Amino acid sequence: MTDRPLTKNIRPGQPPLDLKGYEKAGGYAAVRKALGGMAPKDVTQVIKDSNLRGRGGAGFPTGVKWSLVPIGPDAPRPKYLVVNADEMEPGTFKDRLLLEGDPHQLVEAVIVAAYAIEAETAYIFLRGEYILAAKLLMQAIAEARAAGYLGNNILGSGYNLDLHLHTSAGRYICGEETALLNSLEGKRATPRAKPPFPQISGLWGKPTIVNNVETLSNIPHILVNGPEWFKGLSHTPNGGTKLYGVSGKVKRPGVWELPMGTTVRELLEEHAGGMRDGLKLRGIIPGGASTDFLGEEHLDLQLDFDTVGKAGSRMGTGTMIILDDQTCPVGFVHSLIQFFAHESCGWCTPCREGLPWTEKILAALEAGQGEMADLDRLGKQVKFMAPGMTFCPLAPGAMSPLGSGIKRFREDFERHIREKRCPWR
Amino acid sequence: MLTDEMKHEIEAEAGLYEQRQAAAIEALKIVQRHRGWVDDASVGDIAAVLNMTPDEVDSVATFYNLIYRRPVGRHVIRVCSSVSCYVMGYASLREHLRARWGIALGETTKDGRFTLIPNQCLGACDHAPTLMIDDDLHHDLTPESIDAILEKYE
Amino acid sequence: MATIYIDDKPYEVKDGQNLLQACLSLGLNLSYFCWHPALGSVGACRQCAVKQFKDENDKQGRLVMSCMTPASANIRISIGDAEAKEFRQDVIEHLMTNHPHDCPVCDEGGECHLQDMTVMSGHHDREYRFKKRTHINQDLGPFINHEMNRCIQCYRCVRYYRDYAGGRDFNVFASHDNVYFGRHEPGTLESEFSGNLVEVCPTGVFTDKTQKKHYTRRWDLQVAPSICVHCGLGCNTTPGERYGQLRRIRNRYNGEVNGYFLCDRGRYGYEFVNSAQRVKQVVYRRRDDAGVETVEKAVKGDVLRYLARLLADGATAIGIGSPRASVETNFALRALVGPENYFTGMTALETRLVSSMIEILKTGPARTPSLDEIGDADAVLVLGEDVTNVAPMMALRLRQSVRNEPMAVAHKIGIPDWNDAAVRGAVQTKKGPLFIATPAATKLDEIATSTYNAAPDNLARLGYAVANAIDPEAPTGDRVSAEVRQLAETIATALKGAKKPLVIAGASCANECIIQAAANIVWALCKTEHAAALSFTAPECNSVGAALLGGRSLDEAIQTVRDGRADVVIIAENDLYRRAKRADVDALFEHAKHVVVIDHSPTATTAKAEVTLPAAAFPEGDGTFVNNEGRAQRFIQVYVPEGDVQESWRWLRALRVATGKADVAEWATLDLALASVEEAVPALSGVRNCAPPPAFRALGQKVPRQAHRYSGRTAMRANINVSEPKIQEDPDSPLTFSMEGYRGELPASLLPSFWAPGWNSAQALTRFQEEIGGPLRGGDPGVRLIEPAAGSAPAYFGDAPKVFAVRKNDRLAVSLYHIFGSEELSALSPPLAERIPALYAALSPSDAEALEVANGDTVELRLNGAAWRAPVSVRPDLPRGTVGVPAGLAAAEFLSAPAWISVEKVSAT
Ligand SMILES: Cc1cc2nc3c(=O)[nH]c(=O)nc-3n(C[C@H](O)[C@H](O)[C@H](O)COP(=O)(O)O)c2cc1C
Ligand code: SF4
Ligand code: FES
Repeated sequence: MTDRPLTKNIRPGQPPLDLKGYEKAGGYAAVRKALGGMAPKDVTQVIKDSNLRGRGGAGFPTGVKWSLVPIGPDAPRPKYLVVNADEMEPGTFKDRLLLEGDPHQLVEAVIVAAYAIEAETAYIFLRGEYILAAKLLMQAIAEARAAGYLGNNILGSGYNLDLHLHTSAGRYICGEETALLNSLEGKRATPRAKPPFPQISGLWGKPTIVNNVETLSNIPHILVNGPEWFKGLSHTPNGGTKLYGVSGKVKRPGVWELPMGTTVRELLEEHAGGMRDGLKLRGIIPGGASTDFLGEEHLDLQLDFDTVGKAGSRMGTGTMIILDDQTCPVGFVHSLIQFFAHESCGWCTPCREGLPWTEKILAALEAGQGEMADLDRLGKQVKFMAPGMTFCPLAPGAMSPLGSGIKRFREDFERHIREKRCPWR
Repeated sequence: MLTDEMKHEIEAEAGLYEQRQAAAIEALKIVQRHRGWVDDASVGDIAAVLNMTPDEVDSVATFYNLIYRRPVGRHVIRVCSSVSCYVMGYASLREHLRARWGIALGETTKDGRFTLIPNQCLGACDHAPTLMIDDDLHHDLTPESIDAILEKYE
Repeated sequence: MATIYIDDKPYEVKDGQNLLQACLSLGLNLSYFCWHPALGSVGACRQCAVKQFKDENDKQGRLVMSCMTPASANIRISIGDAEAKEFRQDVIEHLMTNHPHDCPVCDEGGECHLQDMTVMSGHHDREYRFKKRTHINQDLGPFINHEMNRCIQCYRCVRYYRDYAGGRDFNVFASHDNVYFGRHEPGTLESEFSGNLVEVCPTGVFTDKTQKKHYTRRWDLQVAPSICVHCGLGCNTTPGERYGQLRRIRNRYNGEVNGYFLCDRGRYGYEFVNSAQRVKQVVYRRRDDAGVETVEKAVKGDVLRYLARLLADGATAIGIGSPRASVETNFALRALVGPENYFTGMTALETRLVSSMIEILKTGPARTPSLDEIGDADAVLVLGEDVTNVAPMMALRLRQSVRNEPMAVAHKIGIPDWNDAAVRGAVQTKKGPLFIATPAATKLDEIATSTYNAAPDNLARLGYAVANAIDPEAPTGDRVSAEVRQLAETIATALKGAKKPLVIAGASCANECIIQAAANIVWALCKTEHAAALSFTAPECNSVGAALLGGRSLDEAIQTVRDGRADVVIIAENDLYRRAKRADVDALFEHAKHVVVIDHSPTATTAKAEVTLPAAAFPEGDGTFVNNEGRAQRFIQVYVPEGDVQESWRWLRALRVATGKADVAEWATLDLALASVEEAVPALSGVRNCAPPPAFRALGQKVPRQAHRYSGRTAMRANINVSEPKIQEDPDSPLTFSMEGYRGELPASLLPSFWAPGWNSAQALTRFQEEIGGPLRGGDPGVRLIEPAAGSAPAYFGDAPKVFAVRKNDRLAVSLYHIFGSEELSALSPPLAERIPALYAALSPSDAEALEVANGDTVELRLNGAAWRAPVSVRPDLPRGTVGVPAGLAAAEFLSAPAWISVEKVSAT
């Protein structure tokens, strides 16, 4: 048993394991176990017991999600499992590691998860820019199909599953699970209203589960090693390991699998090697672009869903972006808002109109054309696009770094206005 | 006119979904892979193959970042313009390319060799700044290293 | 019913609504954009935010979108909450960041939902200081003007056009704040219902292009309730007039009939009223002994005296009425000439078809549904009708009806009907049963379960087979093929399995057997305990009214004249050349000593009349039409026409008075005329009640046709006289040509328009409905004259016709209908011109082969000595042995009746 289940097969600079290698490393044991006698409901129960929480950003308990899917002979058919491999959140690069490093792990996970909800078709929704991942996944799927892990009557269990790869044409909103379903249906990726939840009415109106790559990759290990083992991997009650990443001006940016609840300090200082020489830490976006800034005072914070939440931010994707003291915080936030404004799907008013306006204000500030009233307006924008005001969490996500950024770096914002220029330029 | 090869690829995709129209995005990508971009006629052709109207196909085509509805150069350079690359100095990279060809983002070099397009986060933030040329990811870039890389693309 | 609390006050609301609906139904002001009563909720615009509280102790609350929140029992919300108000203001402010504020030059100004909501929200100061995004507009054809910069991205247009009306040549493009609503390339919108975009769009992106040519602000239009004259459905309209010119047609909601929408024929077919060719004067055509004609204007009094002399005792006058003239006009004609000398103006065949429909509906037990109820059907068979082109709004209802059966999927997982995107997500592309059996392919085929194209007799045979499949005692034809039997079984199963099965038929195929087959089907269903409905399309706006009045046919009228049994022929609003054979009508004119025609538009018939009397077109007079459902509906004069123009019935009354057959007081008003109608014709009893009498007063006041902002009452005539003119009189209705009068609650049939304080757009309607989408307060306008006899068990119609037999040389003409072109009056309206097809001859591939012709070749069609040349259109859907000709085209004239036509190739010369 390993304490780094997700990455144990991943060898830097080397191609991922093929089917043979993967099997030799203990792969597809979970498929054998699940299909070799477990009822779908039992699989779900194991995952429920493990307290696995979604790694796509929201941290929703995976087993609970699965248990909402109608099961049994009266359930609507077909049902679907969809892997969310869209990973487009700025600063996030963790799923790429799993996709390129151990594609069979994901394929195995898909089979087990699909079996648990009795899905007959699964799709991997992969972001279009992940060219290498696409190639490797296609290979893995083909190998798995040839070996009888996919297709009809898998391993003689009577269970049938098709798995297809769908590569996106690029839009951040595709990562939002209901927008993703619209995109899979060949439509514009605007989110859908919930309820109904995809578990009840998802892809083509059928019961559908959407899970993140990292979430799913945990599944085979939990099934083989048991929920207690999984919980034991973590420093905190949140369970399991987590892929943490660091980008920005640190000595060794990267991504590592560590126990859930690893502290910011350990991550930053031990794994990322600390700030580059001569630079000081000013802020941390803890988990992808749509989380609130943390600061130096949070170095000893344990990174898990609950703890970061209590500190006023979110763990999100667990991949942090570091703001140093030689980078303009206004420009930093502007870059984020630019992204969100461009990626707004255009469906709801606050996001569609509010983000471009916000973006224009930040551009004006950076260009030395800001006014003091702009800071009030930015504050209003944060309120205007708060959670619940918009149709989906995209715009509220965008407001996280903005709102916390204005608070934390107010002096920097004001200097831009007073000096009518960007002091970092 | 779509070539038989394109039609064949689109048909294969259409078979993977409960409804044919789900293949619309993939069809656009197929055409783009062969032609570099998606012209009006192809929009109509795809519509015909998938029992859609041109309006329906174009509604989808114009929504997505990676579908080009205008001609592009022989090679498309997608410059990551998200936050980690911002921190790691994408500005100097962009400036370098701008100065080299005298074109802004969204434009094509006069010789039709490259089109520069801003791209959202390329998911390689630990190796910022990054860009993609066609299907190849290039990372840890500096203005110097990019020149050497560009040589490889005729 | 559930109790909900709004700003701490309890209210009773109907179950199954969302909060926005509930608030609007209660008469509360709450702003919204993306919600539309007919389109449901999608939660996009975020304009309808309210504060929701957990319980009475919760002071914090949270914002929710009222349109997406069920109005469930005991829910507590606040509209007035400061945070909610601020948010609604913020939404407006943000929409305004890109809106051009060009209200002064915008056609929507003054009836703009965006203006209303902006004022309602309280937003006024705008902080945005950056550039606005701009768009390029598109040419969308002759009906709709496009101004994308005004767009507030509520997505209503695309939801209406695609999801509701089934159009596929319009969409939303691009993304983020650059989304664009239009076509993938400029061009005419294909949907027959595109005009509703004008009313669906909350601002001025889509506006009425025909109105633009003679633009008038809403508040400067004089309006009155009216009825569309362009098909037999009787959609309710609001025509608007200024300076004696009809400026536009807008939808007038009638919960039982057209609801929120109109078809483009109804909306844009009005310009014939403004035509310079209109008959506006009394014309006398003198023919000297040598046969040379001179046409002269005549003085009204002189002509009346002249006609009175002609009609003096001893002379026999016959009257020819019209299915496009009002009940009053047809009746007045009948009264003038006497019932024995009155003819319906419809051919024998047409009279028989329409009478047969009425008879069937009266017999029962199947009831005829209202247009609205057609949308509730959950299994439909269309027999013989190209619904989209014959009765367009019925097609729009059928497009909704196919949603009913699959809706069960959504209900099962608890999605409320109003949650539109979720319902569509659950239902996907599933459609309820709709079977279409017509001579040729129709536009509705795209949503049909299955279709069947055959010659009219064979369609009837299918109908008989369906009836037989439901009830083996229902007769069937001989030698029913296995294919037809199989299809009939499928249809029968679907109809039997439905809660609200519906059969639609009509006169389009000019085949009585089809009508009888339809009756047999619903009777068979009723016999087996299925509450089946039967709906017939009616050919014209008052076909049913004319048939209820009764009278002999046009054929007999012609014969009477030919036989020399009539000295004077009086024709009311009827172009006989559109109905009878040219030679026959020519013969009528040759044999008749004197022909008097009363009409508003010049026709081949007015061209032959000795005396032409100028009739009021629909907005210029009052009257009653009876629609296909048997619903009598009043249209009220919008404006007083110039000169001698008056309602045909008034002319006829004047003639009666001039001949001394009546005294001056008789029929002095429409109401008095209708009293006589009811007395003389029991079938029309009740017709008087479709609107209150002229004496009706609300708080002692009349009802104003002009808005309270109507401007320029003196200035608009300043070049003539600066003193304010006397208010024109209207003896026929309780409406007044004035801005003064009663504006409160009124019987719906008198409501000139829907307006309420703060609600200047079409959305004001919610203030006049009992509930959202339900009846207007006090009941929807109209009186149903036809109800099935109780407990009847009619005997089935006898055997089906024989299998259609192809003839060697001739081909059976089948009418192919066109929404633009087939109807007489709209075809005279210039905006429709570019949409009207040219004459063609459609042939099946095997007929084309036999004739050795291909698409575009010219053929000659010959019938009764007349000949037409037309290009060939080869259509695989057309049955062998027939030739399809466009119905009603001026060029085709009488071609479209069922007739065996010789078709021959014209060799190129
Ligand atoms: C704007 C937006 C973008 C998102 N992008 C992603 C993404 O790229 N990958 C992902 O797994 N989840 C993403 N999510 C979260 C998904 O909606 C969804 O919660 C997740 O895929 C569920 O999987 P999990 O339960 O395994 O975490 C995004 C959510 C939002 C609102
Ligand atoms: S917040 Fe609204 S506009 Fe923005 S992405 Fe979500 S649904 Fe689209
Ligand atoms: S009306 Fe409720 S969100 Fe638009």
